[in-house]
Amino acid sequence: MPKIHIPTPLRQYAGKQPSVQVEAGTIGDALSHLVSQHPDLRRHLYTDDGKLRAFVNVYLNDEDVRYLQKEATAVHESDTISIVPSIAGGR
Amino acid sequence: MLKISRSHYNSLRQHGEETYPHECCGVLLGQMEREARVVTSVARCGNTRDDSPHNRYNIDPKELIRIQREGRERGEDIVGFYHSHPDHPARWSQTDLAEAHWFSCSYVITSVEQGKAAITNSFELAGSDENDKQLLDERLEVA
Repeated sequence: MPKIHIPTPLRQYAGKQPSVQVEAGTIGDALSHLVSQHPDLRRHLYTDDGKLRAFVNVYLNDEDVRYLQKEATAVHESDTISIVPSIAGGR
Repeated sequence: MLKISRSHYNSLRQHGEETYPHECCGVLLGQMEREARVVTSVARCGNTRDDSPHNRYNIDPKELIRIQREGRERGEDIVGFYHSHPDHPARWSQTDLAEAHWFSCSYVITSVEQGKAAITNSFELAGSDENDKQLLDERLEVA
């Protein structure tokens, strides 16, 4: 099953697990299953109107899904999905 | 509290000197102990904000994924990030806060004055979500 890597700040909402395996055919399915299993994650990943938060980057293996088919991107058995909140700032 | 060795502390400060007058950035890896994050390795990153590197930084998520994977192989987690403020205080700005999303991680900032690292401060991103987040001063123990 595809594996989703959970970033350190969100693990407390995913049973303290560093990764979660989900049955999924697409990125959208994978994230949907993730928040179904761990509902407390939802508000950290999605806005109130159900959109993925702008600072939440989702990678399929080494590719940003924004540059693939976004939530329709197909996911295969041995794929790894990484949730990576942005790291940015400045004076 | 953030605990870091003298050599890692020096290396993140030196990074800021090398990139001056631009902001440097990088990742702190290690473990969470009882009341402290302990840094066991430091990974330099590129600053993708080449449109405004003198006052902005951004770490490419793809680079972070690689760093995270390599850290996992060593039994390390991401415990924080560092960046520099060229000719500007080692205090978080509104931009730093707005762009901070790694709760319970340390954000280390070094002021680099005229090319020399001056003060280094550390802040913990506290709060439960985007509505109540704060960057709080935390003790930086260098040993």
